[in-house]
Amino acid sequence: MLEFDWEWVERNTSMILNLLGEHLLLSYIPTALALIVALPLGILCARLHWVYIPTLAVSTIIFAIPSIALFTLMLPLTGLTRTTAIVPLMLYTVSMLIRNVVDGLHNVDGTVRQAAEALGYRPVHRLLTVELPIALPVVMSGLRVAMVATIGAVAVTSILGLPSLGSLFIDGTQRFFLTPIVVGIILTIAVAVISDLLLIALQRIATPWTKGAAK
Amino acid sequence: MSVFEQVVAWFSDPANWQGPAGVPTRLGEHLAYSVLAMLIASAIALPIGAVLGHLNRGEVFVLGLANTVRALPTFGLLTLLVIATGTGILPPLVALIILAVPPILVNTFEGMRGVNPTVTDAARGIGLTSSQVLLKVRLPSSTPLIMLGVRLATIQVISTATIAAYVGLGGLGRYVFDGLARRQLDVVISGSILVAVLAVTAETALILITRLCTSPGVTRRSARRVPPRSHPRKPQQSATSARITSKGN
Repeated sequence: MLEFDWEWVERNTSMILNLLGEHLLLSYIPTALALIVALPLGILCARLHWVYIPTLAVSTIIFAIPSIALFTLMLPLTGLTRTTAIVPLMLYTVSMLIRNVVDGLHNVDGTVRQAAEALGYRPVHRLLTVELPIALPVVMSGLRVAMVATIGAVAVTSILGLPSLGSLFIDGTQRFFLTPIVVGIILTIAVAVISDLLLIALQRIATPWTKGAAK
Repeated sequence: MSVFEQVVAWFSDPANWQGPAGVPTRLGEHLAYSVLAMLIASAIALPIGAVLGHLNRGEVFVLGLANTVRALPTFGLLTLLVIATGTGILPPLVALIILAVPPILVNTFEGMRGVNPTVTDAARGIGLTSSQVLLKVRLPSSTPLIMLGVRLATIQVISTATIAAYVGLGGLGRYVFDGLARRQLDVVISGSILVAVLAVTAETALILITRLCTSPGVTRRSARRVPPRSHPRKPQQSATSARITSKGN
């Protein structure tokens, strides 16, 4: 059946909404966790070059591993639970974010650092209130791209049997029925676009001085 | 027997290393699809990206295309193409090409147009024609970024080719999906390990190739030209934003 079947959508609205909710959960939890991991790790890497080089190598390797492989490699450890989806997605986002956190912190002008120091800022205080805010736009640009990628990658976990919008792709393929696939793609893109807009809004609020600079 | 021991047993079983379902055959299939998709995608994306970047035209088209494809779920695209156009090797191959074009296109475009204008001005000043500037100045100068695009596309293609086994393609993904269907976790895990090794090997090989084919002048100069603190939004930045077009699945 290649025509779009609205009736199917109406009959299955609550199922679709459930899958959407699950998809959101599996996208947002790993992204949030990744941010919690990547910020301190990035700060450490920006300070210590000898930590950064191996971290970069490891994240390059993780980034190269296909998601389906990482998901299935988690199976013996965590079984068919959300954790199986969350850990690999988090690792991907961390591996993308590290570079941005370090680049962002390195972008902080030396004179700004000195000025903060002259004003009496202690290192931790300076990091949190001067350097991190200045680095934020670069971190956010990485986060936005990682977020969109994660939202697309969540669908792959449905192959293992975890519910998400990807389940609609499985359903459509098994029954040779186009409607669920189209619904799944449209909703995934919608989630990606809306999440991206949310992050842009968040960044505007967090960095009022860069008004209009966030593309 | 633990899963780990089963996986070791699977790898040491000679039966898994021969015949149409053996590792060499599956690896060959996987490589064939990936290389074919990469060749076609490069043939499309490299010239277009190079010319548009050289002329600094079509920014909206290039970046818009990249953003659109980025939001597209690869698994969805794959199943959509197969259900809409039929089984066989062609629909998954088209999906691989669609996913490989944007990273190459964007990075080529950004690399070519991001070449320091003083360099291209100097080249024109000593009498090079526009096409000579493109081929002899811009292209070598942007090799690292172009190769980054190729690398990202390769990661994407190897990854998606694995998932394409779900819609009937051969390759290493077969182990994952056949293993899942037959509830043989050892086969699934072994397949995943093979895919991961292939992806990391390809990535490493491309990094080495990039080093070999980048003109030494470019690496030395760009190392001096782009110290992280003084040029916040130069090539590095576009590299970061472009590299992430890739992990869509």
